[in-house]
Amino acid sequence: MIGRIHSVETCGTVDGPGIRYILFTQGCPLRCKYCHNPDTWKMNDGREEDTNTLIQDIRKYKSFMTCSGGGLTISGGEPLLQPDFVKDMFIKCKEEGIHTCLDTSGFVSIEKADPVLDYTDLVLLDIKSYNPTVFKDLTGVPLDPTLAFAKHLKERNIPVWIRYVYVPGLTDDKKDIEDLAQFLTTLPNVQRVDLLPFHKMGEFKWEQLGYEYSLFDTEQPSKSEVEEVKEIFKKYNLPIYA
Amino acid sequence: MFEQWNGFIAGDWQKEVNVRDFIQKNYTPYEGDDSFLAGATERTTKLWAEVAELMKKEREKGILDVETKIPSTITSHGPGYLDKDLEQIVGFQSDAPLKRNIMPNGGMRTVKNALEAYGYELDKETQEIFTKYRKTHNDGVFSAYTTDIKKARHSGVITGLPDAYGRGRIIGDYRRVALYGVDRLIADKEAQKLTLEVPSMTEDIIRLREEITEQIGALKELKVMAANYGFDISAPAQTAKEAVQWTYFAYLGAIKEQDGAAMSLGRTSTFLDIYMERDLKAGIITEEEAQELMDHFVMKLRMVRFLRTPAYNDLFSGDPTWVTESIGGMGLDGRTLVTKNSFRVLHTLINLGPAPEPNLTVLWSKNFPQGFKDFCAKVSIQTSSIQYENDDLMRAYWGDDYGIACCVSAMRIGKQMQFFGARANLAKALLYAINGGKDEKSGEQVAPQFAPVTTEYLDFDDVWAKYDTMMDWLAETYVNALNIIHYMHDKYCYEKLEMALHDKEILRTFATGIAGLSVAADSLSAIKYAKVKPIRNEDGLVVDYDIEGEYPAYGNNDDRVDQIAVKLTETFMNKIRKHKTYRNSYPTMSILTITSNVVYGKKTGNTPDGRKAGEPFAPGANPMHGRDTKGAIASLASVAKLPYQHAEDGISYTFSIVPGALGKSADERISNLVGMLDGYFVQDGHHLNINVFDRETLLDAMDHPEKYPQLTIRVSGYAVNFIRLTREQQLDVINRTFHEKF
Repeated sequence: MIGRIHSVETCGTVDGPGIRYILFTQGCPLRCKYCHNPDTWKMNDGREEDTNTLIQDIRKYKSFMTCSGGGLTISGGEPLLQPDFVKDMFIKCKEEGIHTCLDTSGFVSIEKADPVLDYTDLVLLDIKSYNPTVFKDLTGVPLDPTLAFAKHLKERNIPVWIRYVYVPGLTDDKKDIEDLAQFLTTLPNVQRVDLLPFHKMGEFKWEQLGYEYSLFDTEQPSKSEVEEVKEIFKKYNLPIYA
Repeated sequence: MFEQWNGFIAGDWQKEVNVRDFIQKNYTPYEGDDSFLAGATERTTKLWAEVAELMKKEREKGILDVETKIPSTITSHGPGYLDKDLEQIVGFQSDAPLKRNIMPNGGMRTVKNALEAYGYELDKETQEIFTKYRKTHNDGVFSAYTTDIKKARHSGVITGLPDAYGRGRIIGDYRRVALYGVDRLIADKEAQKLTLEVPSMTEDIIRLREEITEQIGALKELKVMAANYGFDISAPAQTAKEAVQWTYFAYLGAIKEQDGAAMSLGRTSTFLDIYMERDLKAGIITEEEAQELMDHFVMKLRMVRFLRTPAYNDLFSGDPTWVTESIGGMGLDGRTLVTKNSFRVLHTLINLGPAPEPNLTVLWSKNFPQGFKDFCAKVSIQTSSIQYENDDLMRAYWGDDYGIACCVSAMRIGKQMQFFGARANLAKALLYAINGGKDEKSGEQVAPQFAPVTTEYLDFDDVWAKYDTMMDWLAETYVNALNIIHYMHDKYCYEKLEMALHDKEILRTFATGIAGLSVAADSLSAIKYAKVKPIRNEDGLVVDYDIEGEYPAYGNNDDRVDQIAVKLTETFMNKIRKHKTYRNSYPTMSILTITSNVVYGKKTGNTPDGRKAGEPFAPGANPMHGRDTKGAIASLASVAKLPYQHAEDGISYTFSIVPGALGKSADERISNLVGMLDGYFVQDGHHLNINVFDRETLLDAMDHPEKYPQLTIRVSGYAVNFIRLTREQQLDVINRTFHEKF
């Protein structure tokens, strides 16, 4: 099965548990203002790879995965734009006993996602805002499909790590965050919430690609701001990491 | 039977000199975590502040003080103290801390140049003695060097040879002094000598008889040295404090007698734990006091000093002494050799802060207790001062009582030594192959005049065939040089005390080395998988290369090129194996550059991989920076493929990662680093230096060195004080790949 790939990283330590092989797929329907991988947006960039070749490469890292409790994470881009490819990749991993993790925005049709989820051990779900207006403004797409996807994962009882990017001036509204936290308490399959403070490391890519970047003047949040947001999640007894 | 042995389990170790047997019968494996550890005592904190102050003065002056007349011997200088009331472990090389000695037996010129560089003058009489009346190792070597060797040495295709100073990389079994006392060791040596009263006095027998006589003399001197400090070490150590002191005295004698390139300590911490446990159980010491002993011992090891020329310091970055201590490992019976004292010795990095020396080396096993794995990772992340070597791999070769000399060289303690041989530059040799033996920089015919490459584009088979012939010449010249060096070193600069702490029959390894492996492998990959066009100057000498297309680079876990690196290693080693080696030593090879990767780069022209003339090589077995594009684990996996059976003197990999790339929380970072170490070593990786910090910290330390007096960074097989690196080396370190994707 052929898929379109942006790149691989063999030492992923923040996209799921342990040391992970990260497969970044090419193409994304969202246009997040803070995206640090805008080079993964276009469907036709990147390169084609076969799952048979990929699994041979992934297999080489099994000792690291076993020793650290890691596995494979498919990130992007939006992996679920290529559901058949991701499914085939995950099936091949399960045959090898490799833990599978899907990093998604949840902006996908559940019908297409379901066959992939059959072989998914863990989902990293980005909820970029709980406020529909902010979400739309930030990503260019509506919020509802992501929330529907979150509820669907609960029904299927698939473990989830939620990710929330905290951007001063953009996703820092305390009430929105509080609402999100409250929503997460209804999802018992959420194992962990990762708070990702906005950083500027992807900025140069926007310039390189000639895209207009609107966050040049946005500062990285201070430690105390991050702590404040953490407190909100803690209040709801959510396992928050930052 | 000594009364000092009361409470120990009996065994062969009582009938013969056999430290391993003593350890195996008496040590207590520790499977717990770090919660038992004690912090620094008030004495420790005060004493360390005094040391730090002295070291600051030393940094400002270059060297604090130096002897200019009396060559160092075991008894020539001292006693010396720093603060007699506070020091729990005593002894300096001279009559004052950080004062350096002269050891002209290795070479007169090195001593003279080093003194002059720091504004001192060698005593006229001493100089006269060592030029007119007493020949040195250096003189001996140069009286025998061939034209070929001199040319190869001058051009830099072979460099770093220990021909002007002590060779080092010999570890005396310093523990023997604590366990047996010196008198018993002397008696043992006398008995050995009697066995050499054989019918025919051949050269081998004569030499060994003379050597043992020298050894006995050294042991007698050692007793005198200790007596000057008020200790009688003729009998075994009675307490933990004495065991540490006796062991240190033995080591101190060695570093007063020799200033070899690397003066490593061995594997002492688990041995000492036996004494600590006995005293702890008897209520003679507390945990605080046990830790204090190790803190004070380590303080002394941090203060080992040799007189080196500034050029040497530039080459090796600062003032390294390679006081390597090997920690942990597993026993042949499956029990871990990790003890509480393995924790304590690492804990000195917390109590005293990070430091490059002693070179703390964990002999890692996947079967380590989890508590020790986690503690190692925690201290690594905090201090970047630990290196790791694969005990599961080495145990099969060297048993369970070997130690690391220098950076990566394993040797059975007291049963094995090496003839240190620096390294040959494989990248430069490739250029010689292309240019028919002419040096790409000077145009001089250094190697014999072989046929140069004449094709428009480089052809892999053609280049490989020429390279193969060139490596034949290189191996031959290199082995000849080392044979001369070690013959002369034994003759003029014999390590009598270190060898007194060895068995009579020992294994000698003939430790060659290579530099530029990743450059050579990538160059060959470029020739094979891309198109490489040589560019010639007006004399027809190939001086540059045009590369069309892309090639797989070493460090991405891609077998197309990784197997070239493997083949190169095996090929060169097999060429070394063809030659007769001095004293029938066993040939080995390391892939280790120390920090000389910068200097090797300077001496090597443009290479077919696209590296520009003068650019540093990657250190040791590292991939070239910027070429590993698949992340840290892929590069680890590439390096792990290099075959230890053809590089038994070690394969060094230096790894730098920013904290964030190890995981989010402190716990995750620890567990991921443990996973990384386990994963690498399960794939038969040999050695790993771990640095964990941000590039920003290093940049800040370049501008504000005063803020970072103890900032330590692991380089190739050892560690250095970052602020003591030259600016060029600092930039090399900073420009290297920092794995930071997250």
